[in-house]
Amino acid sequence: MTAVQKRIFINKLALIFSTLSAIIALAFLFWILGVLVMKGMSALNWNIFIYEGAPPGYMESGLKHALVGQLILVGLATGIGVPLGILAGTYLSEYGKNSRLAHTIRDISDIMMSAPSIVIGAFVYAVIVMPMGHFSAWAGAIALAIIMIPIILRTTDDMLQLVPGTLREAAFALGAPKYKVIKDVVYRGAKAGILTGVLLGIARVGGETAPLLFTSFNDNFFTTDLNAAMPSLTVTIFNYAISPYEDWQQLGWAAAFILSMFILGLNILGRVILFAGKRK
Amino acid sequence: MIDKIFFNLTRFSALLILVIVAWIFVVLFNHSLEAMRTFGLDFITQDEWAPNLDKFGAYAAILGSVISTTLAMLLAVPIAIGVAIFLSEIAHDKVKSFFGISVELLAAIPSVIYGMWGLFYFVPILRDIFGGMGIGLLAAGIVLAIMILPFMAAVTRDAMNTTPDILKESAYALGGTQWDVIKDVIIPYAKAGIIGSLILALGRAIGETMAVTFVMGNVHHVPGSILDPTTSIPVTLANEFTEADSSLYFSSLFGLALTLLVMSFVVIAIAKFYFLRKARRA
Repeated sequence: MTAVQKRIFINKLALIFSTLSAIIALAFLFWILGVLVMKGMSALNWNIFIYEGAPPGYMESGLKHALVGQLILVGLATGIGVPLGILAGTYLSEYGKNSRLAHTIRDISDIMMSAPSIVIGAFVYAVIVMPMGHFSAWAGAIALAIIMIPIILRTTDDMLQLVPGTLREAAFALGAPKYKVIKDVVYRGAKAGILTGVLLGIARVGGETAPLLFTSFNDNFFTTDLNAAMPSLTVTIFNYAISPYEDWQQLGWAAAFILSMFILGLNILGRVILFAGKRK
Repeated sequence: MIDKIFFNLTRFSALLILVIVAWIFVVLFNHSLEAMRTFGLDFITQDEWAPNLDKFGAYAAILGSVISTTLAMLLAVPIAIGVAIFLSEIAHDKVKSFFGISVELLAAIPSVIYGMWGLFYFVPILRDIFGGMGIGLLAAGIVLAIMILPFMAAVTRDAMNTTPDILKESAYALGGTQWDVIKDVIIPYAKAGIIGSLILALGRAIGETMAVTFVMGNVHHVPGSILDPTTSIPVTLANEFTEADSSLYFSSLFGLALTLLVMSFVVIAIAKFYFLRKARRA
């Protein structure tokens, strides 16, 4: 083999390895997606939306409790996390800019974004569940909000910085105070971007299980009491999946399918809004 | 007036992040003091975890975390780099966008579902091949590897894509093959970014709870092989937090949480502040 042939051979080998790894990755991913869709679809039926949890073996068991609980938990977390995240992002982009403090906050928040979510759960347990003496929906929502804030902060900061400085200057020149400039010019210009950030943030916390395990805990029955343990789809998936009962496992797959579709929908919606905003 | 209120409101929200992070460290530290006082260094070097005897050694859990993430990295890194090369250098645009959508799909799946899939579909296969229970470090490593693969491949591809086309073109003009360009131009150029991305994925894998809780076994023993059930820090926390009945037990669990937080903070900080900052400057 000449030197050239050898190089061509090695090149082919490397490219084959690379293509193979892509195929392996795709195969696993489609395996998981396939299982999720097949199992989830076959377990779906109307009972799931009508009935709440029941002991194993009952025909009339569903996921109403977990679906409603999930919406309440994520809704509360959004209500707490989104305003704080947007305001903090506004500070970084409009007031802090390149100051030392702003950079420190950005760095710490970036690290928080990848911090283990179960540790956040332990923290909320220590500061809320322990003093109150019982699990609560509030504790779960606060844990989710803590995870959500860094995501919203980051996208808000990035998106506000994309608004051209000349727009701000034009508004200032008309005599507008700073808060008005931010509210009416900067926010308006970055609307699509912020909304996308919010949707992605909701999608991210919607799939979290670990921080809920010992904050909102779980419950097999329908409840709207924010001061008591509250069921969620994710913890229900976990409990049903590790149970030895066939029908609970089925319900677990149905819950997994519904949750994935919900999160996927939010992701797609977020991207569509961003795309439409860019095209304008 | 309103201007001032608005300014203070935003500043308060921004500072709240720092307060929360500091508060997390303080709370975890305070709650783990009792365990630290009682066990000292034995907490991380002893592997006897016996709630009934009030003896808590986290060695097995820490080891389980380290080994399962190492396994996941060993499996995922070569494949992620292969996928990244495929996406940035080989694939046509149509394949790229198809792959991009698939990755988005996978990012949308919550980690608890990866764990569920691992338990019902992957563990039986391992059981058939190797015998035994099927659950353990190997199963955890594989499920973890699959879970971080999309993220890892995507960030590695982004790092590779920062290589200026003109550098690649000059190498091709000199008669380089695609592999020559990848190995001698792209990888050296994007090295810091690639390593940073890989470490960032590692940081995420350490703290991942739900994907491994299903397939680890939660047995506090230093395993004889990677096929035996064992535990890791997040698995122990997820399984035992609501069961703890003595204050020393609680304190030990908070000690575990603090250990995990410090481990992931250090790893992520190294990735972000050393490698990725270097990559951005280059």
